[in-house]
Amino acid sequence: MNITLRMAWRNLWRHKRRTWLTVSAMIFSNLLLVFSISLQFGSYRMMIDNTLKAYTGHLQIQQQKYNDDPKIRHSFDGVITLANDLREKLASDRIAARAVAFAMTSSEQRSYGLQIIGVEPKYEPNVSSLPGLIKVGKYFSDINAQEIIIGSVLARNLRVKVGDELTLLGGGRDGSFAAGVVVITGIFNSGNVDIDRSMAQLPLGYFQSLFAMGQQGHNIVINAKDLTLVPELKDKIDNIIAGDDKLVVLNWEKLQPGLKQAIQADMASAWFMYGVLIILVAFSVLNTQLMSVLERTREFGTMMALGVKPARISALIMTETFLMSSLGLVIGVMLGAALSYYLSIVGFSYPGMEEMAERFNLPGKMYPSLSLLSLSLGPGIVFLFSLIAAIYPALRLFFLQPVSAMKAV
Amino acid sequence: MKITSFNIIFTLAWRNLWRNHRRTLIMLAAITVGVWAMIFMTALMRGMVDDMLLNGIRNLPGEVQIHHPEYRDDPSINNSIAEPDTKLLKALKLANVKVWTSRVRVPAVISSERDSRGISLIGIEPESESQIGFDRDSIIEGRFLKDSSDTGLIIGAKMAERLETRLGKRVVVMSQDPDNNIADRGFRIVGIYKAKIASLEEINIYAGLATVQKLLKLDKQVSEIAITNDDYRHVDSWYQEIKKAVDVNLQILPWYEVDTYLGTMMTMMDGFVLVWVIIIFLALSFGLVNTLIMAVFERIREIGLMQALGMRPSMILYQILMESLLLLLIGLLLGNVLAVSTILPLQDGIDVSVVAKGMEMMGSSSVLYPALKLNDVLLANVIVIILGLLTSILPAWHAASFDPVEALGKHS
Repeated sequence: MNITLRMAWRNLWRHKRRTWLTVSAMIFSNLLLVFSISLQFGSYRMMIDNTLKAYTGHLQIQQQKYNDDPKIRHSFDGVITLANDLREKLASDRIAARAVAFAMTSSEQRSYGLQIIGVEPKYEPNVSSLPGLIKVGKYFSDINAQEIIIGSVLARNLRVKVGDELTLLGGGRDGSFAAGVVVITGIFNSGNVDIDRSMAQLPLGYFQSLFAMGQQGHNIVINAKDLTLVPELKDKIDNIIAGDDKLVVLNWEKLQPGLKQAIQADMASAWFMYGVLIILVAFSVLNTQLMSVLERTREFGTMMALGVKPARISALIMTETFLMSSLGLVIGVMLGAALSYYLSIVGFSYPGMEEMAERFNLPGKMYPSLSLLSLSLGPGIVFLFSLIAAIYPALRLFFLQPVSAMKAV
Repeated sequence: MKITSFNIIFTLAWRNLWRNHRRTLIMLAAITVGVWAMIFMTALMRGMVDDMLLNGIRNLPGEVQIHHPEYRDDPSINNSIAEPDTKLLKALKLANVKVWTSRVRVPAVISSERDSRGISLIGIEPESESQIGFDRDSIIEGRFLKDSSDTGLIIGAKMAERLETRLGKRVVVMSQDPDNNIADRGFRIVGIYKAKIASLEEINIYAGLATVQKLLKLDKQVSEIAITNDDYRHVDSWYQEIKKAVDVNLQILPWYEVDTYLGTMMTMMDGFVLVWVIIIFLALSFGLVNTLIMAVFERIREIGLMQALGMRPSMILYQILMESLLLLLIGLLLGNVLAVSTILPLQDGIDVSVVAKGMEMMGSSSVLYPALKLNDVLLANVIVIILGLLTSILPAWHAASFDPVEALGKHS
């Protein structure tokens, strides 16, 4: 072992209690950071996934005005043809065309204004979780069937069941009057009251004839295999539709700006808190190392008189700090990982979380997600700041006069 | 402890504190930053949650609401209730509530020549409604409704844009009457409002209560009765009084049960403040104990000498505790001053509109007003002093229990 390293290690244990207290401060912060960052990552991931998979999807092709101003006439022609084309070129089934309109939906007893989505029955289950959540009945039989699926809360409010008829009244794309009668073929239950109260789907073919859409549609939803692959996929699609300047490809951040911003806002406040913790640890290290330098003034004076260069002693101080911080890092990360791992299996919850979670499409229990990043990010910064805090005490050594230092008390 | 011995302890502690001024200053800096963070962060979060609650309650609006028991799940015209009867009116008067109003609120469809949208049609009593939820100043164009039988319509600025319509134009509103016949009529837009939370502009449209009742063939029936006293934190006292007067077949709920998310946010906020303060304190406590241990350690011989000269161990204990108390008090003072002086300049609000849509998702508006609450500041201070002294007991007790002979022999 290198002599500086050995001296540093021994010096640390000259003041056992002080060293352990400083290390404990690091362990405490690291434990907390690993746990909360893992929890954050876990919940953001879940928030994004749950919000996107119900309806929005990762990417959408739209007519350029539609996202800012979702009107029925901001549609584009040949939506199914384009979807087929994309499926072939991208060799993926996670692509489905849709159209959206608004209609007054009436049962025998009740009427509600609803947003109605026209979907491709064959491909919609690949991009959205709703078709899989049908609890009673089944999904559409055919793209031209006069059928509808609705949410469970809406079914209860309309007082209807599978097999009943609903009347739709609305405005077609050309401003004409759109009216039709459809049979309820399935009722889904997503657990999200808002979706279950307000969502209804029709097969796209029938939708187009009902709302005088011709071959038009409003968007094509495209899902990547994984969230991280979205930018790459977007580039590919951009190339495919480059010929048509009326169309745009929008990623989920554009489609759901609230989601991204809620995460940003939460991140900002979380990092403020982490920052304070990290600064407090740095103060702790500064205090410890400054004290340990001051109380060894005589010792260092002697070492210098014997010919040891100030740089070497500074290196000793930095090594001590390095060792101390490593100890805090290793133990803190281990404990933090153990806690997060345990909670990633049994789940984490606190009173009142359910109501909060529902608002952001999260389940009532959260599961921290452990990754190399979530384990190393917080503790890494603590480590860095601890080393930075030791710079001042280490630099002081350069101003030490050996003769007067040896006389110091 | 006599006054003189208190003086001695105080003087000794004070002087000892400044013997190693670097250490004391670093610890003071740590306490100051910690206390500042406790108060500053709490004020920001309080501000955000207060804003969420106010927006939320304004959105309901009304701190206490009376409904048909099924209305909240199924906001249909069929779940209407009678206007307040004499018994309820009397109770409202007795409970001294500031203002109450009744409204019809049903899902409906609004259509211009260009587009149609699903909305919530709200029939209001303009006079009382404007004291509960509808801010007259939010009308940016045109006028507010004159009275209950005003035939005009007020819509949001966003909605006007969506429908490509404007002030003075006619739109058609369509809903259902209790017999499930489509009820529709044309309205002239007489006012356009702007809401703090933009998405509301696309949801709520307002018309006179009597006009809506006539349209929907509702005879003296309303969807909800809303009551407010302008103090959402203390609803229970008067809410219970009114509850007694309400027909048992109706549902009366305070705001925190009408919107459970809001209710949870309020209780959670109190929990958050406590957890945050304690976490920061814990992070501080390691440094505090460390500082005291070092202070004791380098004075072992001195403490032994004082004991040999006849100072009682309890005096030494008090002396160390006093040192810790002084450190904490100065740190608290600086932290509080720093917190107040950073929060005050922010009273006009912090613009967070870069994440406006995210704040909207949480129910908050895009300007954050820090809310400095005396209770939160007291909580932070009390916790730091009490827990700070508790953690100091260990090093102090350690110092007091030295054996004088052994201590005198120690080299520092």
